[in-house]
Amino acid sequence: MLSFSDISKFIDSWLRDIFNPTWTMVIEMMIAGVCVIGLFAVLGLVLVLMERKVAAWIQIRLGPNRVGPKGMLQSLADTVKLLVKEGMTPDGADKFLFNFAPFIAMMVAMLLMAPIAFAKDFQLWDMNIGVLYFSAISSIMVISILMAGWASNNKYSLMGAMRSGAQIVSYELSAGLSILAIVVLSGSLNLNDIILSQADGWWIFKGHIPVIISFIIFIIAVTAETNRAPFDLAEAESELTAGFHTEYSGMKFALFFLAEYINVFIVCAIGATLFLGGWMPFHIGHWDAFNHVMDYIPSSVWFFGKTFFLIFLIMWFRWTFPRLRIDQLLNLEWRFLLPISMFNILLVTLMAILGWHF
Amino acid sequence: MGATSMIVLILAALTFSTIAILIAKIVTKATTNPQKGEPYECGIPTKGKTWTQLNVGYYLFALIFLIFDVELVFLFPWAVVAKQVGWMALVEIVIFFFILFMGFLYAHKKGALKWV
Repeated sequence: MLSFSDISKFIDSWLRDIFNPTWTMVIEMMIAGVCVIGLFAVLGLVLVLMERKVAAWIQIRLGPNRVGPKGMLQSLADTVKLLVKEGMTPDGADKFLFNFAPFIAMMVAMLLMAPIAFAKDFQLWDMNIGVLYFSAISSIMVISILMAGWASNNKYSLMGAMRSGAQIVSYELSAGLSILAIVVLSGSLNLNDIILSQADGWWIFKGHIPVIISFIIFIIAVTAETNRAPFDLAEAESELTAGFHTEYSGMKFALFFLAEYINVFIVCAIGATLFLGGWMPFHIGHWDAFNHVMDYIPSSVWFFGKTFFLIFLIMWFRWTFPRLRIDQLLNLEWRFLLPISMFNILLVTLMAILGWHF
Repeated sequence: MGATSMIVLILAALTFSTIAILIAKIVTKATTNPQKGEPYECGIPTKGKTWTQLNVGYYLFALIFLIFDVELVFLFPWAVVAKQVGWMALVEIVIFFFILFMGFLYAHKKGALKWV
């Protein structure tokens, strides 16, 4: 079977025959950049369409169905519409910060792509601190939101940004603690090692109840961290118009929108990697025959299947739960999720030391 | 690809956003209007300063977050070796969490975790 490492090795050797090493590296970097931009654009289009279709399905309506077959090209048409809109800057705004904020949002979303293993041997940067990198970079996201809200010179934007700051910063803690549960069990910060440690079963099945608790906490926390309903206080449209991007229009708004959806994809990919085995097929202990059959399904299919399952879960939340108030939101984190996840870490450690997992 | 991938990704993000904004700038036709640059407030002119004072609660939560975030950074190296170290790691982390939890209870008692 053709694997991604074979393809990349083939391209590498082919380029080395033609150019000298420096140019080979430059061209390889350019290819990687173009691939990531392509992935970005495709993911943005797919996720926006998926969100609208899932919303329609849950509310028993058709959803977009005019542009293209079954409305498949709707998000493309939306992009064209956003492209021809004028991207204006309000008079009172801090011009530099206002225009720079979408760039930071995009940079953060793009940087988070680095440690994710999309398939077997297919990773941009196989770093030994993948989990730490993810938590470090994802917390920069809040800076772009605060920047956008502050620079807009708009009361709605400022309040949206402040709320979002408090929310992201709070939920980062329980997201980090629930990630740590898996780090304790697998004994590594490297995402590839974590995936390989799940070769005889995913952690969510191997780790009994403590890991299931931390999985649930992780899902709640990342839903809040990506500012999605029911935690979308930052852009609560019924009270704050559009929150921190009230004053943004045209392509600058589109960049925020895109970065938001890419962030949803990335946190779901990390969740799938840590708890559901990433590209690792569904394996059960020593059932070698069963495991062998499962290996026939390509690893990228497993990865994207799990990731999109989690994305579907998060979209499902949006149309099921009503929005929380800011005090309820902070109560949920500080009174419940944080103590529970701290206690949960102790349980997981006990389990890891005694070897109670499979 | 190693650490160069970070540079590649930052450059990719910058080029992507720059190209998108530039294309939009070329395609669109900018119009000027004195009302257009005003801050949006549902059609009503803004009263007073737009950079208003905000609830002190945001600040308090940011302060408590700082303490817990530093704690989280301490936990990362511990988590990697916890399984190898064994019982000693559990004892240490129980002591660590006990002290932390006392601080948490203090903040709770003081009412810092309550939204005012």
